[in-house]
Amino acid sequence: MVPLSWYLLVAAALFCIGLYGVLARRNAIGILMGVELMLNAVNLNLVAFWRYVNPSDLSGLVFAIFVIAVAAAEAAVGLAIIISIYRNRDTVNVEEVDLMRG
Amino acid sequence: MSAVEILQAFAPELVLFLGALVLLALDMAWRRLGEGKEATILSLAVAFVILSLLLLLGFGKASALPIWGMLASDQFAFFFKGLALIGTGLVLLSSYRYLEGHTPYRGEFYAFLLLVTLAIMLVVGAVNLLMLYLAFEFLSLTSYILVGYLREEGKSSEAAIKYFLYGVTASAMMLYGISLLYGVTGTLDLVKIGPALASSGAGSWLAFPAIVLLLAGFGFKIALVPFHQWSPDTYEGAPTPVTAFLSVGPKAAGFAVLARVFITALSRFQPEWVSVLAGISMVTMTLGNLVALRQENIKRMLAYSSIAHAGYILIGLVCLVSGVTSNFTGLNGVLIYLLAYLFTNLGAFAVVIAVERATGSNRIADYAGLVKREPLLAGAMIVFLLSLIGIPGTGGFVGKFFVFGAAIQVQFYVLALVGVINSVISAFYYLNVVRHMFFLRGEEKPIAVELTLKWVIVASLIAVFVIGLYPHPFISLGTKAVQILGVAF
Repeated sequence: MVPLSWYLLVAAALFCIGLYGVLARRNAIGILMGVELMLNAVNLNLVAFWRYVNPSDLSGLVFAIFVIAVAAAEAAVGLAIIISIYRNRDTVNVEEVDLMRG
Repeated sequence: MSAVEILQAFAPELVLFLGALVLLALDMAWRRLGEGKEATILSLAVAFVILSLLLLLGFGKASALPIWGMLASDQFAFFFKGLALIGTGLVLLSSYRYLEGHTPYRGEFYAFLLLVTLAIMLVVGAVNLLMLYLAFEFLSLTSYILVGYLREEGKSSEAAIKYFLYGVTASAMMLYGISLLYGVTGTLDLVKIGPALASSGAGSWLAFPAIVLLLAGFGFKIALVPFHQWSPDTYEGAPTPVTAFLSVGPKAAGFAVLARVFITALSRFQPEWVSVLAGISMVTMTLGNLVALRQENIKRMLAYSSIAHAGYILIGLVCLVSGVTSNFTGLNGVLIYLLAYLFTNLGAFAVVIAVERATGSNRIADYAGLVKREPLLAGAMIVFLLSLIGIPGTGGFVGKFFVFGAAIQVQFYVLALVGVINSVISAFYYLNVVRHMFFLRGEEKPIAVELTLKWVIVASLIAVFVIGLYPHPFISLGTKAVQILGVAF
């Protein structure tokens, strides 16, 4: 059987890639994709921990399903906000969204 | 627990949810009938909030057991639910007719305010990490929508996108922390996590990254440095009633969650997180106050001031005292401070809304000569600003007294000293507004203040003075509310 640590390493790598995307990308959609990667890393973690630590209690598995559902809701609201900023400013580059500073 | 008991304990939340649905339906039905129904929708919304508050007072403490092991209705949650409902009532009243001329869609706004309150009530009662995450996300999503409500206006959209991008990143980090905590303990129940952490051997080091990651999520809601960058822009760009709400509602919810999770689940690591929080507290109040000094927009100034206040409030959590005999348990200071801050800040924002509606501006320079234009506004503002500084006789003083007192009691003198120095610094920028209002000449055209706004201002004034001059009932309320957590360590 594949040891637990392998799953955790993959999840940690995925999380770091997602975080890098959030910090480095300037396109709002790109940032959102980075966040989705971070959420998927969490899902990997949750399912792996459920299987290896406490398989009789389904809470980890259920949590992962909820995370998927909430990620969809988050994307819906986020894309609506990105559309409204695009209509106002004709850009989704977060560096150009700078009406307020200081 | 029987179905009737569950319904009773859950009644305040159910009423709010129903209320939001009714308002949404009415808004849809009436949009075709034309305008002029806003007063009805507002009074319905206020009626639902009052009904929910009455149900909370009646049944709020009905059960000690958490519903389905997910939602507690204990004294601690009771206090924060009451706080959220009172805050929402005031914000609803002060947003009446604010949106006129900004957007034709105004009914949904009140429905969303009810939903965001519902979210806070769920957050403060959550005793399971799954429930906590869902409620937290519900709170975030409704807040994003409210911040970006004026979608035709660039500033509002910009505020929303900044809030959203910081928010989803913070919640993803919090979620990773939750997954690590689940991995170490094998449970999501806050009460079981504590003992499970104590018995887990080699894997317990994972709790350290988990604490930092959880702090990112909670700190974002509270606007603690270094998770505060969103707040000035979001506060400036959001519709002003929403700004007022964000500065008290989600902040209080964040503190409730922070206290509940760290005290019930992570008490074994108290020495570690206390030192982290102490550092964050000092940096937060200093940075908030220093940057607030040079702000020219009053909403931005109040944003930085609210960051600074988060730093003061955090002192209470750092200086926890487990003895119940003492008057200063640290945590009760957090609750009393939040209560006083609620009325002070909502009052100040009501004045800001009144001035904004008359002048269309939020610049501090445009407050010049306000005392000649409307003495009530200027007089009320001076009280709110004094309460924010923490002058004796106002509610703000009682809050500061209890958090700084806790710091002195546990001999954390440095923290108390930094807090007092910061209060002095904050006087400069608060009194700068007073200088503009009273001593500089400006326009002299009188300002007409909406009746509902007057109610909010007068009610906040009374509350600030009552808490300041007769604090005993509020102190005992706050002290009683924290005892449920006090037994955990």
